[in-house]
Amino acid sequence: MKPFLAIVRRDVRLAFRQGTDTLMTLAFFVIAVVLFPFGVGPEPNVLARIGGGVVWVAALLASMLALERLFQTDYEDGGLELLALAPMPLQIVVLAKVLAHWLATGLPLAVVAPMLGVLMNVPPDVFPVLVAALLLGTPTLSLIGAIGAGLILGARRGGVLLALLVLPLFIPVLVFGVSAVEVAAQGFSPKASLLILGGLLLAALALGPWAAAAAIRQALE
Amino acid sequence: MKRLDWFANPARFLKVARAVQPWAAGIALGLGAAGLYLGLVASPPDYQQGESVRIMYVHVPAAWMALFCYTMLAMASAVALIWKHPLADLAAKATAPVGAAFTFLALLTGSLWGKPMWGTWWVWDARLTSMLVLFFLYLGYIALNGAFDDPARGAKASAVLALVGFVNVPIIKFSVDWWNTLHQPASVLRAGGPAIHESMLAPLVLMALAFKAYYVWVVLIRIRAEIAAGKIRAARLRATGSAAL
Repeated sequence: MKPFLAIVRRDVRLAFRQGTDTLMTLAFFVIAVVLFPFGVGPEPNVLARIGGGVVWVAALLASMLALERLFQTDYEDGGLELLALAPMPLQIVVLAKVLAHWLATGLPLAVVAPMLGVLMNVPPDVFPVLVAALLLGTPTLSLIGAIGAGLILGARRGGVLLALLVLPLFIPVLVFGVSAVEVAAQGFSPKASLLILGGLLLAALALGPWAAAAAIRQALE
Repeated sequence: MKRLDWFANPARFLKVARAVQPWAAGIALGLGAAGLYLGLVASPPDYQQGESVRIMYVHVPAAWMALFCYTMLAMASAVALIWKHPLADLAAKATAPVGAAFTFLALLTGSLWGKPMWGTWWVWDARLTSMLVLFFLYLGYIALNGAFDDPARGAKASAVLALVGFVNVPIIKFSVDWWNTLHQPASVLRAGGPAIHESMLAPLVLMALAFKAYYVWVVLIRIRAEIAAGKIRAARLRATGSAAL
């Protein structure tokens, strides 16, 4: 547990000291959402109808921004090899780095989301559901993204490639995240969608670190 | 596993491939011609859809092949990762573009079929959407496979991706079904039901078998080309190595 926390602490500290990851992710999130009223017009009804989906898609794209560097910097300076040689299983290392990535990007996204909900005219009583869905969904995105981040180590044009690899895999999270918000906006219980989001998170938690560790191992060979 | 080991020798594989290839080609062309004749000429038009039902004889087998190729891709990738079988990497790499092409063909013919039937080129029907996502998965695989200077790295990375995608395909399918029922009523359910007359079933089965044989044919050509490319690469390396000395 101690080395796990040490990796989390180090990565979170690095993310906040450089300041770019969290700030860039949030700035992109806000700007991407703000572009939509310009694209579809400022009618409150239209915005309310698409608001939940727009916030979700923007959050999904924003959470991808910092993903490329999840293992890249450690891979380049050789730190990743030391982590792979450490007595701790590589899956746990992956889990620690994913947790740090989520704390630096996913969590702030969920915190900021209600503010964007206001801009998109999403009904305020839906905000708790929106935040809950993002809190359940963004860790899944980070876990799936970690697999992609491991696969592109050493590849040419890794960033664009990463988007092509992981965006199709993000679709289930998007579907159920948006459905939670929409169902709540229509006045029904979003429980089913939230439970499925939780199920996706558990499945990603169980399988993702193994796949990501396999991806990293083949990159280090 | 014994049988797979037996194929691990490229020279032996090449011998078998050379023997099988003309048969596969013959079966693909013969069954394809028969299937097209039965489908386009000899079979009756549908009582509801008229002549445009004939698109089915290409569309449905292509959609089957799209899923079949992804299964083959995942199986070859698993064999390559677990047993480090030298030909499984090549088989996976050879399968991917064929599968992508069949997926694209299924999407294209589906779109052409959709225009007269539904009045639009594209609807966000659950099936169409999951085929589109499958197409993206193929593209990701092909892109990752070619993204490394060392072909062995690309093969391994894309093998991991193929398995991750294979686990995800049912989840994506399920979520797209859910999404579709949430967003729009089932307005595009096709008429016909499970019962299909044998005059239509025969060309369908013939075309499906022809596509399978075509797959074997093309994949064998592609694997042989990959083996040849590997030999050329090795020979070049030897040549530059001796020149440097």
